[in-house]
Amino acid sequence: MIEFTLHKLLHAAEGEMHLEVDISLERGQLITIFGPSGAGKTSILRMLSGLMKPDKGQIVIDGQTWYSSNTKQHIRTQDRSIGYLFQDYALFPNMTVRENLEYAMFKGQDKKGIDELIDIVELSNLQDRIPDTLSGGQKQRVALARTLVRNPKLLLLDEPLSALDFQMRSKLQQYILEVHKRFGLTTILVSHDISEIIRLSDLVFEIDQGKILRSGKPIEIFSEKKLTNKFQFTGDIVHIEPAETIFIVSVLIGRSIIKVIASGSEAKEFQVGDKVLVASKSFNPLIRKI
Amino acid sequence: MNWGPIILTIQLAFVVTIILFVISIPLAYWLAHTKRKFKPIIETLVSMPLVLPPTVIGFYLLVIFSPTGWLGGWLQDVFHFQLVFSFGGLVIGSVIYSLPFMVHPIQAGFANLPKGLTEASFVLGKSRFTTLVKVLLPNIKPSLLTGIVLAFAHTVGEFGVVLMIGGNIPDKTRVASIAIYDEVEALNYGVANAYSIVLFLLAFFILLTVYLVNGRYIRKFWR
Repeated sequence: MIEFTLHKLLHAAEGEMHLEVDISLERGQLITIFGPSGAGKTSILRMLSGLMKPDKGQIVIDGQTWYSSNTKQHIRTQDRSIGYLFQDYALFPNMTVRENLEYAMFKGQDKKGIDELIDIVELSNLQDRIPDTLSGGQKQRVALARTLVRNPKLLLLDEPLSALDFQMRSKLQQYILEVHKRFGLTTILVSHDISEIIRLSDLVFEIDQGKILRSGKPIEIFSEKKLTNKFQFTGDIVHIEPAETIFIVSVLIGRSIIKVIASGSEAKEFQVGDKVLVASKSFNPLIRKI
Repeated sequence: MNWGPIILTIQLAFVVTIILFVISIPLAYWLAHTKRKFKPIIETLVSMPLVLPPTVIGFYLLVIFSPTGWLGGWLQDVFHFQLVFSFGGLVIGSVIYSLPFMVHPIQAGFANLPKGLTEASFVLGKSRFTTLVKVLLPNIKPSLLTGIVLAFAHTVGEFGVVLMIGGNIPDKTRVASIAIYDEVEALNYGVANAYSIVLFLLAFFILLTVYLVNGRYIRKFWR
């Protein structure tokens, strides 16, 4: 059981903001913190990891207090059992892939674990390369493996896939799910990619301006648009094309492009690059075994 | 030409560079990371030798360390040790005078490293010291080399501080720059020229090394 209440006055670009969150999760869960940039998502992870000190609150992990403003406890980052995956990977440029992982080991830890991790993220043929020579996806796999070397209780993922292209993203989501299950981790993911959240997480907490707006199962949260729909997907608009009196909007969902008809007034509100929900409710979809 | 002054110069530069390297790493690390309000004051003090006439530094060191000065008198009484007109005095004067040349490149190196590296290391359970030695320093090698080379070269080239605090005692405090001045005074232009050529070549090759390394020409051998 992981419980935390965090209060912190943050000095953001738009001025001061009070962060106030109260979240609890079960062991083995994967939850996502979702919200616009500047909402305080990363600050939550930084406080959990001890890199930032809250003003008030407490953090209790499996009965162990990591932080409490009442009893003035503040366990330092080094002594918290966490894995932290940074958005920019933060690999050590002076070490090879393998050395990056070995650096993370406890004193006297068996190196066998390293081999296993390298296998899981399929990097055995790259283990002697230095990070500068790897692609973004490969770097993030190294970083993911490195966070697991110390077998952390809590895994923190700070928008780990946002810098990657779609294909790499989907593959890394697979790795994340796999290690989350395999190592029995409790994971907190920060993301603003809805498809990623639906795919990965058990629970989602939507925050804005430092406060939790709502929480629940991702499917429920993201389909609260009150359509009695049977189908819905989210995607990105890649193209808008006028066709006589209507517009044809091409939406990229996953790896397929779906063309949707929009009226002139609807199309005016759309721009290429917008995230949209494509839903249908009044036809009978075809179903076929593949 | 007597090689004594040249050897003494190189000895002095070696000792000074080693001392500066050891004290500049923690100092530069602190300057690169601190958010204390008095940081600008420390930065100013470190940079003062860049703008102050060396004779000013030399003069105050002479006053402080002379046997009649408060610190010099104490050293004399307690340790029977005199810093002025001795090699030890040259070392102290040169350390102060060359401090910014070592601190600045290292500080810039630290400041330019992504903050994430330190945090990633902390999250992996490593102490500040381990992080410094295993992660930060190996990633600022070019800055370290620049600091070492500039501090060495600057110590070789100093004159005013050394003259004030060391004087001109053969094989004790007569370094090459002083020897040149001395020979010119005695109208021995040939000897002065010989010393000067040696210093010129030394400075040239030292600086060439910096540019070769930092221009990545010999980066591959250095990794």
